[in-house]
Amino acid sequence: MIRTAGTILRKDLRLELRTKESVPAMTLFTLTVYVLFHFGLDRDSLDGDLASGVLWVTLLLASVIGVSRLYAAEREQGGVDALLLAPVDRTALFLAKAAGLLLFLVAVEIVAVPAFAILLLGPGLGGALPELLAILMLGNLGVAAVGALVGALAAESRARELTAPLLLLPLLVPLLISCAQATEPLFRQEQGPEDLGRWLGLLTLYDVVFVLLSVAVFDYLLED
Amino acid sequence: MYSKGLKPLAAASAVLLVTAFALVFFYAPNDADQGFVQKIFYVHVPMAIVALCGFVAGGIMAIRHLRSGDPAWDMRSYVAIHMSIILGLGVLITGAIWARASWGHWWVWDEPVLVSFLVVFLLYCVYYPLRFSIDDPERQARYSSVFAITAGAFVPLNFVAVRLAEAYTHPRVLSQTGGSLPGEMRLTFLVSLAAMACLFVTLWKLELTAKHASAELKRLRRRLAERQPAAVA
Repeated sequence: MIRTAGTILRKDLRLELRTKESVPAMTLFTLTVYVLFHFGLDRDSLDGDLASGVLWVTLLLASVIGVSRLYAAEREQGGVDALLLAPVDRTALFLAKAAGLLLFLVAVEIVAVPAFAILLLGPGLGGALPELLAILMLGNLGVAAVGALVGALAAESRARELTAPLLLLPLLVPLLISCAQATEPLFRQEQGPEDLGRWLGLLTLYDVVFVLLSVAVFDYLLED
Repeated sequence: MYSKGLKPLAAASAVLLVTAFALVFFYAPNDADQGFVQKIFYVHVPMAIVALCGFVAGGIMAIRHLRSGDPAWDMRSYVAIHMSIILGLGVLITGAIWARASWGHWWVWDEPVLVSFLVVFLLYCVYYPLRFSIDDPERQARYSSVFAITAGAFVPLNFVAVRLAEAYTHPRVLSQTGGSLPGEMRLTFLVSLAAMACLFVTLWKLELTAKHASAELKRLRRRLAERQPAAVA
C-alpha cells in the first residue's frame, strides 16, 4: 500500500512540477491576501493575536485552492477508474493525496511565512522559529487529512468548486482555533505566558481523529 | 411500514409538549436574576441538546448504511440531519433572543456553546448542496453517509476546541445539563427535554413515512405506465 501511495504521490508531484498549477497559485494567493489585509485593517505591522489570526486565515484560505484542484487530474482523465481496476488498496489514493497536499502546503509556507514576517509582522520571527515550525507541521497534517477527504467528497458533486470550501472551512475551525492560539504568544512584542502544550495537544488530537476517520471512510468514496 | 406507532407517538409528544409548557408557565419559578425571559431556556436548551443528538444519530445511522449497504439507513440518516438542521435554526434564533434579553446583544462571541453551535450548523448546511448535486442515487447515499460520519465526529471535537478557547476567560458557573438547577426548574427542564426528544422522533418518523409513501407512489405510477402506456400518456 505504501508503495502504491508512493507511486501516486510521485505522479502528482511530477504533474505539479510540469504544469505548475497549484503551488504557484496558492503562494500568489497568500501574498495577495496579505496586501488585502494591509489595506483592510489599515495597519503597517501586526503583532499578537491579530498577526497569528491573519497568518492562519491566509494559509487556510490558500489551502482551499489546493483542495479544490487536488482530484482534478483523476476526475478529468479517469484516474479513479484505473485505480479501481488495479489490484491495490484504495486507501493508497488517500495517503498519496494527503501527502501531496502536505508537501504543497510546506512549499507554500516556505515562501508565505517569511513573506509574512517581512511584510506584516512587527516583532521578529527569530527566537520563536522552532515552536512555529512545530505548529505549522501539525497544522499542515490536519489540513492535509481533512483536505484529502473533503476534496474526494466534493469531487463528485456538480458544484464542486463551491462545495469544497464550504465543507472544508467549518471543519477546519478547531484547527484554526488551536493554531492561532498557539501562534499568538510567539508573535507578541514582549514574551508573555504561553500554554503551547495545551494547543499542541488539541492539534494532535484533531490530527489523529481526522487521519483515522478519513482512512476509515475513504474507501466508500471510491466504490463502484 | 414506517407509519406503525406514529399515532401514539404523536399523541405522546402532544401531551408532553402541553405538560412542558404548563410547567414552564405555571410551575417553574421566575429566575431571580433574569426574571421571566429566562423561561426561553426551557425551549432553547432542550432544542439544542436534541439537535446535537440528532446530528450524532445521523452519523451513527450513516455508519450502519455504509456497513449494510441498505439505502433505508441512508434515508433515516438524511431525515435525522434534516430535522436537526430545522431545530438548529430554532436554537440559533432562540439563543439570539435570550442573549439580547439577558446580555443586551443579539450575538455574543465569548459564549462557547453558542459559537460552537453556529460552526456545526454552518457545516451541516452544506449537507444539502452536497447531497443534491450528486445524481446517481447509490453514490448520493454513500457520499452523504461519509459526510454524515465525518460531521458527526466533528461535533464533539468542535465543542472541545471552542470551549478551550474561552475556558480561561469565562468559567462556566451553571452547567447546561441542569445539574445545579433547583428542583422545580430541573423537573420542568427534564419534561421539556423529553417533550422535545419525543417531538423530534415523531417528526422524524412522519417525514420518513411521507418519503416512503411518495417513493412507493412513484414506483406504482411507473408500473402502471409500463402496463398501459396509452392510458397514462
